[in-house]
Amino acid sequence: MVPIGHYIFLSVALLAIGVVGIVTRRNVIIILMSIELILNAVNINLVAFSRLVGSVEGQIFAIFIITDAAAEAAVGLGIIIAFFRNRETVLADEMDILKW
Amino acid sequence: MFNEAIFYFFAALAIVSAILVVTRRNAVQSAIFLVTALLATAGIFLNLNAEFLFIVQVILYAGGIMVLFVFVIMLVNLDVALHQVQFNRQWFVALIISAVLAAQVAAAIMVSRQSLYTMPAAPAEALEPNTERVAFYLFHTYMLPFEIASILLLVSMVGAVVMAKKRV
Repeated sequence: MVPIGHYIFLSVALLAIGVVGIVTRRNVIIILMSIELILNAVNINLVAFSRLVGSVEGQIFAIFIITDAAAEAAVGLGIIIAFFRNRETVLADEMDILKW
Repeated sequence: MFNEAIFYFFAALAIVSAILVVTRRNAVQSAIFLVTALLATAGIFLNLNAEFLFIVQVILYAGGIMVLFVFVIMLVNLDVALHQVQFNRQWFVALIISAVLAAQVAAAIMVSRQSLYTMPAAPAEALEPNTERVAFYLFHTYMLPFEIASILLLVSMVGAVVMAKKRV
């Protein structure tokens, strides 16, 4: 097996790319995609440690994370559609109707 | 040896396509590269003897969630958005956050590098038969979280329908 440190490096790289995407992009759809990248990075870590320890419980947590990701994507994309219907935009810095 | 080569191939693929996801201008291209990144992650899962999770990743992520994304990209008219500025002026913040993250991880790996690189992996047979073991833990030890997850899915389904409805 590849040393566990390399899996952690891969996971951290994906996490950092996702954080950069969340902070710098203006399009809300791509911000949601960056969140999916971050959740994937977590999953890689969980599965790698599950293989290292020889217990399958890490994979159970990965399944729960995938469930959360699906729920989050469904609700988030629904919000985007509802917002686009009202304001005709998907840019994050124009979503300011709660501001006063 | 072959195993290691496969891991490094999929890791490089995942990182390159993740970078392309956050830098492409067109949201459809970002979605395509996100599929590549998710499939590369699925390959890493298979390399780690997690066959069930590999199938779940391919069906649920690359199949289900990505279809949802592509649908929304097509519903939301992006022709106007394509000519607008795609990045806001927060590169400095992003740089600082990434640097702090990298420093933290480097420190953690420096502290624990002895155990991280010398800890022997469990034999691959410890995870077999994979699907049976996953099912046992899912329906025995983690029964309550499983039920809570199903309620979460129900709630998010209702929420998505209410959000996307024409008149609330």
